[in-house]
This record gives sequence, C-alpha cells and structure tokens, in this order.
Amino acid sequence: MNPIRPIGRAFLGFLEATGRLVLFALVGVSHCVRPPIYPRLILRQMIDIGYYSLPVVGLTTLFAGMVLALQSYTGFARFSAEGAIPSVVVLSITRELSPVLAGLMIAGRIGAAMAAELGTMRVTEQIDALETLSTNPYKYLVAPRLIAGVSMMPLLVLVGDVMGVFGGYVVSVYKLGFNAQTYIVNTWNFVEAMDIVSGLVKAAVFGFLVALMGCYHGYMSRGGAQGVGAATTNAVVSASILILIFNYLITEMFFAQ
Amino acid sequence: MSAEPEKPRDDRPPKIRMRGVEKRFGPKEVLTGVDLDVRPQESVVVIGGSGSGKSVLLKCILGLLTPEAGEIEIDGKPVTHVTGREREAVNAKIGMLFQNAALFDSLPVWENVAFGLIQGQRMKRAAAKEIAIQKLADVGLGPDVGELSPAELSGGMRKRVGLARAIAGDPDIIFFDEPTTGLDPIMGHIIDDLIVHCVRQVGATAVSITHDMPSARRISDRMAMLYKGKIIWTGETAKIDESGNDYVDQFIHGAAEGPIRMELRKL
Ligand SMILES: Nc1ncnc2c1ncn2[C@@H]1O[C@H](COP(=O)(O)OP(=O)(O)OP(=O)(O)O)[C@@H](O)[C@H]1O
Ligand SMILES: [Mg+2]
Repeated sequence: MNPIRPIGRAFLGFLEATGRLVLFALVGVSHCVRPPIYPRLILRQMIDIGYYSLPVVGLTTLFAGMVLALQSYTGFARFSAEGAIPSVVVLSITRELSPVLAGLMIAGRIGAAMAAELGTMRVTEQIDALETLSTNPYKYLVAPRLIAGVSMMPLLVLVGDVMGVFGGYVVSVYKLGFNAQTYIVNTWNFVEAMDIVSGLVKAAVFGFLVALMGCYHGYMSRGGAQGVGAATTNAVVSASILILIFNYLITEMFFAQ
Repeated sequence: MSAEPEKPRDDRPPKIRMRGVEKRFGPKEVLTGVDLDVRPQESVVVIGGSGSGKSVLLKCILGLLTPEAGEIEIDGKPVTHVTGREREAVNAKIGMLFQNAALFDSLPVWENVAFGLIQGQRMKRAAAKEIAIQKLADVGLGPDVGELSPAELSGGMRKRVGLARAIAGDPDIIFFDEPTTGLDPIMGHIIDDLIVHCVRQVGATAVSITHDMPSARRISDRMAMLYKGKIIWTGETAKIDESGNDYVDQFIHGAAEGPIRMELRKL
C-alpha cells in the first residue's frame, strides 16, 4: 500500500471542497448585486443578525473590557505604568477583541441558525420547491443572508467597541481609582481612526464568513436530521476557524510594516 | 416484457419527451433508460413499486436532478442540461406537488400557495392572496387555514396545500407526486376531480404518480409502468385490464404472486 496515496487523496479532497466553497461564494455574491433583490428578506435577516445579537455582543465585550483593565493593572502596576491602561483597553478592544469576540458569538448564534434553517429546507425538499416555483434559492436564501451579515456586523462591532471601552472605564474608575475625566481624555487622545476602521473591516469580513459558512453547510447538507446537525456543527466550527485566520491576515495587512 | 407499440392519437409533438434517461446515485442505478412521451393536454399516471424511481423521474424532468445520460425535451426544446434563467423559464410552465408537500414552514399557508405568483410572476400581494384563498377553497380548505403556519396542519391538509400551490399559477404542465395519499376516500375523490378539471377544462398536461389504482383510473388517459429503471409498458387507461403484461396485471391487482419479486426475507 503506497503511503503517499491517502495523503494525495486527502489533499485532492481538500482542493475539491475549497473549490466548491469558492464557487458557492462567487455565485452567492453575484446574486447580491443582480436584480431582483428581496428587501423584505434582507430586512428580516438584518433584524435577526443586528438587533437580536446586540445583548450578546454587548455583554461579551463589556466583560472583556472589564477584565482587560483588571489584568493590565496587575501587570502594569509592577512597572508603575498604570497610566497606559486606557490606551491598552481601547486598542485591544477596537482592533482585536470586539471584532473577534463579536464574530465568534455571531458564528455561534447566527451561523448555526442559518445552517439549521437551510439544512432543514434542503432535506425537506423546500429548496427544490423554490426552484420549481421559478425562484433562485441563491437569490432568495443566500444573498439576503450575505448582505445582512456584511452590513450588520460592523454596527455590532461599533456597539462592542463602546461597551468594551465602557467596561474598562467602569473597572478603572470605580475599582482601580482612576480619575474619570483623565481616563476618557487618555482614551480619546490615544485611539486613532485606523484602529476603529481596521476593526470594522474585520467585522464586515467576519460577517461575510459567518453567513457564508452557515449558508454553504446548510445548503449542501444531506441525509435528514443527522445531516442537518452535522451541517450546523461544521458551520460554527469552520466559521470560527476562518475568523481567527482572517483576523491574523487582516491585522497583518493593516499594521505590519 | 416488450413495450406495447401504440398508435399515436394525434400528430402534435409531445409536450414531454424522454429518451434513454439514466440516473444513478453512486453505485445504485435508479433509472436505466426511460423512454416516455406525454402528449399535450393528456393525463398520464406513472405506476410502479415503491422505490422504483418515480419521484426521481419527475425530479429529472424538473432539473432538480441531472441525469447521467439521455435526453429530456419539453415543448420540443431540450432541457436536460438547462440551468439558470432558462431553467427558471422552463419551470415557470410547470407546477409540482412534492410527495411530502415540501411547504415553506417559515411562511403562512396562503403565502405558500401564492409564492409562485408573488415571486415568479411579481403579482401584488393582495391580489395573489385572493387567488391563493380561492385555490385553497378548490382543495377544500377554508380561508382561515390560509392564516395558519404549515406546522399547524395535518398530513392530508399539507398535501392539499401543496396541491393548491402546484396549481396556483395555472401551469401548463403539472406533476402530482401521490396527490391522494393520506386523504380520506371522499377527499381523495374531490382531489381526483380537481386534477381531471385541470386537464379537461384548464387544458394542462398532467403527470401523476399514485399507488391508488381506483384514483389512477379516474385521473388518467394513459398509464405507464416503471419497473427496474425502465418504462416497461404504456397504454390507454381504458385498456389496462387487457394489457397482456404480467407485471402490469400483478401490479393493478396488488397480487403478491407474479413476476415482480419484492426483495424480502422469506417468512
Ligand atoms: N437523493 C438521493 N440520494 C440517493 N438515493 C436516492 C435519492 N433519491 C432517491 N434515491 C433512491 O432512488 C430510488 C428511487 O427513489 P424514488 O423516490 O424515486 O422512489 P419512488 O418510486 O418515488 O418510491 P415511492 O413510491 O415510495 O415514493 C430509491 O431506491 C432511493 O433510495
Ligand atoms: Mg416517490
């Protein structure tokens, strides 16, 4: 038995899966920009992703900001560098924590729901039924989710930025004895437009990835309830991994000299 | 088991023409060369054992499955490998009742029925709703049912909503995958009459699948029997009892003994 063969086969399988995904993404995106579009469906997805995710994202980033202030304090106090805390908090939150945490939460909340919904529609032949009613499932199901994902994630991350900084502020002022005004001024002076913009770009990309993985795995699911379950898991796991990979790539793009 | 040669009843080109259609799933060969002609405004019933590939046959015509070999023509145009906009245009002429109804469970019943009108024909929602309510009445469901969600319906009600959805756009061609399965005999009769009405009065071409032989006799002009992936017999419904084909005889009488062997463990 040739030991190279299974490796080669796995590699080919990987290439094939990647090709299928890229093709799916291209077709999906092409339907986002060609009429007809479905404003009702886009709006419904936007509300689902944007509005109903606010508590989750807000809470996550709030506590992230709080713990960040606390942890940096224990470290920085040793060098009497407590004054750096506002800047550490605002940089970490806007550049990294808010987009990544929001992305992962959305992957769990929205990616899973999309995969389950489309997967169920697939195995109960609802997607076939769409086609027989002269409705393109990419246009009707995939495009609205992609559009909503890309457009709502930056808004969520913006809210996450505010909540994260607020968390750091609360801990610093009420627990660590910072002066409230100095904290705000320090934060404001330190943060640059690029920090926030890079976070928002990440957010848009993550939103796209989550919606894409949810739709792709749901759309391609096979074989009843078990297939839908597997699609849901795969959507969340693959979206989370892609978020972390793309997080690095985008960071490199923005900040590596 | 040679296919009965039959004289064409009229010279119009067939509405649906299938030649040598083959479909397999992995190693499993489901269709192994289906030849079938359906003439305009004709009602054909496809009979055949459970799992013989009747639903697959319809899905191949609709382009939901792509056959490995063979040709399918609708109105004289090859549609086997048609996709995208062209496929949408082809499917706009066809209504389909799925075996499991396949209702959209995120939409209320009336919107399911009106779906093709609103999305496909870009009709105003209010106008489409009116037609939907009327189609629901045709299948014996009141307007209050229109406001329910599909999850709140019984099996037979779902089937009838699926039927209403299939005929809502007054399609040229209608496929019914087991239209009366799961209905009580009276309602089954009403649905049969509705199908006959669609063909006789509205002038649609219908291909139905059913295991219910009395219903098949009522709704069809012609029957075709699918066995081992091929159409082994077609003929006028009126003459089905004199088909001279042992397979057909066994099937229409539901006899356990005969040339068709069910793959079962011996008791
Ligand atoms: N998507 C699929 N993947 C794999 N096999 C399939 C698929 N769809 C159908 N089959 C197989 O094709 C065969 C024919 O299925 P089909 O649904 O056409 O049967 P049928 O004639 O409609 O039966 P019934 O009268 O019970 O509805 C079955 O053996 C089934 O296992
Ligand atoms: Mg079937």
